[in-house]
Amino acid sequence: MALINLSKREIHCKIIYYGPGRSGKTTNLLYIYNAMSNQARGKMLTIETKGERTLFFDLLPLNLGKINGFDIRIQLYTVPGQTIYEATRKLVLKGVDGLVFVADYLKIRHEKNIESLQDLHRNLLERNLTLEEIPIILQFNKCDLLPTSIPTLTKEELETDLNRELKTKIFETTATKGIGVFETLKEISKRTIHYVATKHLLTS
Amino acid sequence: MADLVLTASVLEETKTQIENTLIKAGVNTVLLIDEAGNIVVACGHKINDLDTTSIAALAAANFGVTSQIAKLIGEDDFALLFHKGKKDSIHVARISTDLILVTIFGDNVSLGLIRLRIAQLAKTIEKAFGQK
Ligand SMILES: Nc1nc2c(ncn2[C@@H]2O[C@H](COP(=O)(O)OP(=O)(O)OP(=O)(O)O)[C@@H](O)[C@H]2O)c(=O)[nH]1
Ligand SMILES: [Mg+2]
Repeated sequence: MALINLSKREIHCKIIYYGPGRSGKTTNLLYIYNAMSNQARGKMLTIETKGERTLFFDLLPLNLGKINGFDIRIQLYTVPGQTIYEATRKLVLKGVDGLVFVADYLKIRHEKNIESLQDLHRNLLERNLTLEEIPIILQFNKCDLLPTSIPTLTKEELETDLNRELKTKIFETTATKGIGVFETLKEISKRTIHYVATKHLLTS
Repeated sequence: MADLVLTASVLEETKTQIENTLIKAGVNTVLLIDEAGNIVVACGHKINDLDTTSIAALAAANFGVTSQIAKLIGEDDFALLFHKGKKDSIHVARISTDLILVTIFGDNVSLGLIRLRIAQLAKTIEKAFGQK
């Protein structure tokens, strides 16, 4: 749920990085946090982690400057990807305005990618939301593994699994090195702000 | 969940109400937040020293967690949460479908007074936001 403060001319939106466990959601946020200036970023909040696994969520507030005279404040969240944390994912989804689905190129994550997207569909539906309405971008992460001997999926396989119905924009990324991370953020921010602004007729 | 579009007059009205009912009663900090953890209004002289963004996000999440627990034991919601610290305590209450009020106060203020004032405040804030 976006918050539009007409008095301070601020728009607050919530963008969530969703996807299976270990696909690289937290890595995206960490890269963004480390690359942004202190004025543009707030404190990164990482709640309850066990080793590197997210148990609740990560939060990174960003200040993206002015668009159409409005100050754009974005809160980036990650969900815990592991299947057992479904209740937590539902909670974090509360008030979502935009989504990045981080899929994993690893061959062994083939099923998990699909399950996670289905889980997203289901949890949104419980809130009477659909992916036709909420902006979503796909990220195929861990591209650096493609030239190695580790078994990976092909881009075509991932597209068939995840983008047949969504038909949305795909970014091929290596989150650990930051490749494609800001491109993804830019695109989802643009779409999310556009979505919120047109909903409230803030654009001409 | 509907987006919140806030006009200057609603915000000013709400702020004045919070100042009059809670801040004047000795409360340090009041954050009115939405369910997603966004800050709607922040009041009190400590708000610039506190990490209000994180407090709001965590308070919303915490409230969400306990609501889920409530459902599991057959309750709709626990209408409020109270955490007592050595010096400061925090009171978190739902005051409408979308809004949560976070109140932080020291041991100079009694919980009973806080609860009474918040009950009054909830009514006026609901009215200002035009909700049921
Ligand atoms: N090779 C490679 N490894 C990556 C990449 N992105 C993330 N990783 C690694 O994958 C592991 C899991 O990354 P996280 O970002 O913690 O995964 P997550 O999606 O937040 O996982 P959960 O919190 O369990 O849902 C870490 O060891 C990362 O270093 C990438 O682009 N390439
Ligand atoms: Mg994580």
